[in-house]
Amino acid sequence: MAASPLPASDFVLQMRGISKRFGPVRALSDVSIGVRRATVHALCGENGAGKSTLVKILAGIYPPDEGTIELGNQRCLFAAPADAHGAGISMIHQELDLAEDLTVAENIFLGAEPRGTLPFTIDRRAMTAQTERLAAQYGFPVCAGAPVRSLPAGDCQIVEILKALRRGASLIVMDEPTSSLSEAEAVRLFEIVRQLRSRGLSVVYISHRLDEVLDLADDITILRDGKVVCSAPRSGLDVRALVHHMVGRELSDYFPQRAWVPGEVCFAVRGLSTAKEIHDVSFEVRRGEIVGMAGLVGAGRTDVARALFGVIPAISGEILLEGRRIEIKSPSDAIKLGVAYLTEDRKRTGLCLDLPCYWNITLPNLAVLGMDHFIRPGREAAVAAETASRINVKWGSPRAPAGSLSGGNQQKLLVARWLLAASRFLIFDEPTRGIDVGAKREIYSLLQNLSAEGRAILLISSELPELFGVADRILVMRGGRLIGDFVTQETTPDEIMHLAAVE
Amino acid sequence: MNKWVRQLLPFVSLVLIALVLSVLEPEKFLTWSNLLNVLRRSSVNLIVAVGMTAIIISGGIDLSVGSVLAFAGMVGAWPMLRTGGSATTIQAAIAGTSAGIAAGAICGLANGLLITKLKLPPFIVTLGTMSAFRGISYVMNEGQPYNVPDYTWLGSGDALGIPVSVLISAALVAFSALLLRYTPLGRYAYAIGSNRQAAFHAGINVDRNLIAIYTIGGLLVGVAAMIATSRTVSAQPTAGITLELDIIAAVVIGGASLSGGSGTILGTIIGTLLISFLRNGCTLLGISTNVQLIVIGAIIIAAVAVDQIARARAD
Repeated sequence: MAASPLPASDFVLQMRGISKRFGPVRALSDVSIGVRRATVHALCGENGAGKSTLVKILAGIYPPDEGTIELGNQRCLFAAPADAHGAGISMIHQELDLAEDLTVAENIFLGAEPRGTLPFTIDRRAMTAQTERLAAQYGFPVCAGAPVRSLPAGDCQIVEILKALRRGASLIVMDEPTSSLSEAEAVRLFEIVRQLRSRGLSVVYISHRLDEVLDLADDITILRDGKVVCSAPRSGLDVRALVHHMVGRELSDYFPQRAWVPGEVCFAVRGLSTAKEIHDVSFEVRRGEIVGMAGLVGAGRTDVARALFGVIPAISGEILLEGRRIEIKSPSDAIKLGVAYLTEDRKRTGLCLDLPCYWNITLPNLAVLGMDHFIRPGREAAVAAETASRINVKWGSPRAPAGSLSGGNQQKLLVARWLLAASRFLIFDEPTRGIDVGAKREIYSLLQNLSAEGRAILLISSELPELFGVADRILVMRGGRLIGDFVTQETTPDEIMHLAAVE
Repeated sequence: MNKWVRQLLPFVSLVLIALVLSVLEPEKFLTWSNLLNVLRRSSVNLIVAVGMTAIIISGGIDLSVGSVLAFAGMVGAWPMLRTGGSATTIQAAIAGTSAGIAAGAICGLANGLLITKLKLPPFIVTLGTMSAFRGISYVMNEGQPYNVPDYTWLGSGDALGIPVSVLISAALVAFSALLLRYTPLGRYAYAIGSNRQAAFHAGINVDRNLIAIYTIGGLLVGVAAMIATSRTVSAQPTAGITLELDIIAAVVIGGASLSGGSGTILGTIIGTLLISFLRNGCTLLGISTNVQLIVIGAIIIAAVAVDQIARARAD
């Protein structure tokens, strides 16, 4: 790649020769990175490439084994996060650390509350006023007195950013900030990031979404296996180059090609409504077909899945499986009929993270295995391991806790669960959220293999490239209604986005 | 590796205590009768503790076990009083024992129903039923015990040279261990305790399984109640006060996590025996029961602290 090195002028931050080991694992070796003033510096790489370790060193969470950190021209040593804050570095973690029951203002001033006149009191009025002034200064729409619990994910991020600004941060690190945001919230966040840059702040931006990296960044550093493989201005790079650097593969492999050969209608929904969430939704999915479902967060996509799986009750409408009308009142009904649902939040509603991997695979399948009265653990583990090996799950041992696997392998554990259940209709809700490029590609070919075996698949996704890369048809939801049903080849991302986002 | 250390630690402590006592008091401690005595005394706690283990694994807690012990004992003793004359007939003893066990199971069922149908936290529900069942036990005979002088076999009888109560507790412990390891109910208890939402999305009927777990827990308390009644040949409305604390301590020392999803019957056996041997040892060494409380308190905190440190290391 012909990418020119970064001009060595005006660095606010330089990390040089950083190395870090965890026991036998070399997380970072000789990593150097320079962040220029008033720029957005994207940090890319697959999971395990060392991005998190690097920013944790920057934030004072880990000490480096070797290497130096310079801020301005001053050498720094961060022993604790408070040191990094003091030096003007603020980190916004993927899982936001806000106190949900406190208000926006209380969160922003947590630990630095303006004092009242009486000892041990807080000047709440000053706190609110300062919060409002800060928010107005940047034009952020937040209400100082609102409890954080009541805010949508995008607003929580703004509170985190305000907290960083209140501390006087000159460099903000954002770790996967858009992973829990809707498309509209993400667009607003990009505006905010640009605004921070225009006011002279530097932003280190970690993301798996290459389109947003290319959209936002001034400079891009790519890590692979704990080493810097590329550090260059954005202008010399494109998606193909990014993917190439990250995985050493070409983009053409990213979405495996396949022929669309739909069979009989497997699953049909007619006029499905729930009490509040969705209204009069009708669609069908054929055997061997992958149907994508697009829409903004809150458009009711997940609620369709939850109604079909018996998590929330349907108040009207009918569901037909292979032509037969079926009743689904609970997940247990759905599973018995061959319907599977891989939820969007695998940690919260998917896996029992501290239980063994093979227990997680067999959890809904004890009856299928003929173990509904008596479990034979040896046979159970063998069957689970055999199923897992069919889709190439990598684990230390079937008895290792599910939480010890990487995100991609955790997702595959859930796929193995439904393979064993011999599910005929599978709903995947954001299956590639928070997993790295290599694992994503594996999930895509898994989806295609499942459909090639004659299963019907509904793929809910917020990433349009993913829908266009994998789905045969694309449904669009908005405001709880199904408002579009397209053959993928006959539509464009612009059309889908417009339909999903414009009233 | 760390996991093994964690599981072995209570066991090693148990062996150490036994060794120390054998050296200090060889004549008193290392006798068949003393060991049987400790086991006999442990049997009531052990039976209650295995039920509590399943409940804690499922992410719950049962604070009402002590009150249920008293209530089930009172219910069980009642039929034995009404047979007239001086001796309790075999039939009355069987009827009473069954009634006591059934009363325990019904209390457990009530806990389970309140927790699942009203969607209340187990801590709150069983805090309430702890008080209510205790109150009922007092009301039944105006605070007086029911004396059943002939009801001795369960508590002090022997079979094949081993106390009947020890045999019963061994059988129930084995049954519970099999239940937890080899049946869907046991598996689902772990799954619900580990991640209730995930268990629900995997098609598990969470409510039905939780009700079953609390009912079995109550049934086991019912059995323990009849053994306790038989041992003292009277059903005391004051029986089992603060029993829940000893039981929860034993389960936690045995390695179960109060946040659910982990714990084993083997651990609970060790935890229960550890407390029993400590009590026995202190008594043999002439340490007062008041000081025993301090020792046991320290052991509970130490056991959980070691557990936390081991977990932190493992992460």
